[in-house]
Amino acid sequence: MIFWRAIAAATLFATTPALLAGEIPPDARRSGYAFMGPDTQAMQDDDTINPGMLFVLDGEALWGRKSGSANKACADCHGDARSSMKGVAARYPAFDKASGRPVTLDQRINLCRANHQQATPLPYESRDLLALSAFVAHQSRGVAITAGDDPQLKPFIEQGRDLFMQREGQLNLACTNCHDDNFNKRLAGAPITQGQPTGYPLYRLEWQTLGSLERRLRSCMSGVRAQAYDYGSPELVALELYLMSRARGLPMETPAVRP
Amino acid sequence: MQTTRRQFLSLAGGVTAAGTIPIVTLRPLEATPAMLNTAIRNVVGEAPIRTGKVKLDIPPLVENGNTVPMTVSVASPMTADDYVKSIHVFNEKNPQPNIGNFHLGPSSGRAQVSTRIRLADTQKVVAIARLSDDTFWQVAADIVVTLAACTEEVN
Amino acid sequence: MAALINVPAKAKRGAIIEIRTLTSHIMETGFRHTAAGDVVPRDIITSFTCRYNGAEIFRADLFPAIAANPYLSFFTVAKESGKFEFEWIGDNGYSSTASASITVE
Repeated sequence: MIFWRAIAAATLFATTPALLAGEIPPDARRSGYAFMGPDTQAMQDDDTINPGMLFVLDGEALWGRKSGSANKACADCHGDARSSMKGVAARYPAFDKASGRPVTLDQRINLCRANHQQATPLPYESRDLLALSAFVAHQSRGVAITAGDDPQLKPFIEQGRDLFMQREGQLNLACTNCHDDNFNKRLAGAPITQGQPTGYPLYRLEWQTLGSLERRLRSCMSGVRAQAYDYGSPELVALELYLMSRARGLPMETPAVRP
Repeated sequence: MQTTRRQFLSLAGGVTAAGTIPIVTLRPLEATPAMLNTAIRNVVGEAPIRTGKVKLDIPPLVENGNTVPMTVSVASPMTADDYVKSIHVFNEKNPQPNIGNFHLGPSSGRAQVSTRIRLADTQKVVAIARLSDDTFWQVAADIVVTLAACTEEVN
Repeated sequence: MAALINVPAKAKRGAIIEIRTLTSHIMETGFRHTAAGDVVPRDIITSFTCRYNGAEIFRADLFPAIAANPYLSFFTVAKESGKFEFEWIGDNGYSSTASASITVE
């Protein structure tokens, strides 16, 4: 059985062109969790061994800590995150009226810092931004993803979908070639998932730390030998939005653990 | 990342061997490389090492070698005069042969330790327990580390 | 940075209890190189100790082969109510501590 999977991985690139691009119907959507081995699943399931919980704990401390020249903490406006932030991450990226664009949860945190705390933005992938984002998203664990339901987001979802379907890089592969057409097969030793972003920010064993969906997208782009979009670029935000809308109905898992 | 023919063959070969034989295979210490042997002798000295009593729980096929869950347990009553003093874990192919030394005592109640380790490659892991009578017991396991696809550029 | 300690709040006298600790640390091996070819210096936790009402009940020597954000689980006999103290020591003068209480009935 395992040997058979290795063969499937080896023949994947040979058979890909013959397959047709197709989107995954809602009842066939599966979290990356379902593709992992039992040991990695166990690491996610138990909060006392899930290394992502270290970041959630750090985020909880930051939530209550005053910051910026306004000397305000997140908690001063939003109160107890367990109630005020429940379900919020399941709706992100969300439409931002001021800019007329979708913003990610990371960007929303930095907008809050700029507008309400008069604080400097936290750099992308910095420990503090990941910790705050993990703490906020953790409040939505188990909540079904509904991102993209806002009609104002429609053109941006379309943009993200186009990017998902567009071949790129020296390997000339689109996201869809692996994650719609070939999930369940293997690439080298690793299972190909559907690319459902249910647990970000998540702890990736490869990274040995927590990371954002944008980091994951950028490493996929390096994987197909394409120039990765910058953190926070409209393209990455649109892709993130499309992926979240594509995962509609799946429960949030933050902080997930992935290989 | 595309799998080359050579990578595929070595991967398939490794996986097949692992798939058909239960993974925990015992081999005499003489078969292990010099560095591993030296590291073990630094702990054990010239004392004989017997096989048995120690159980090494580790996935035979790991999804990422950076974080591999591992549990070592030793069959011992853990009483004041019959207990496990220490557990030592070694590997064959990382840059260094030592993984960890764990010091227990009769108040431990159960001789069992879990942690998460790094395995740079498909290799053997050896766990050795020192009992209160200063006898040494060992177990070894072979672990297949699969190649990750689309990893980030190494920095 | 956080440490996650899991000790049962209550236990029966004589019961064997599991203690789990997870702490934030990069565990840089000292075997990696930068793009420029320079070795990234080793930065790991080298020692972990757990004391139960002052007496050492578990100690570990850690090496670069221990994964980042080290996780350790071990056991002890619940003898009396009191305090567990945890200490991590490492390279570059690294030191951190945590504690947890238990009620033994």
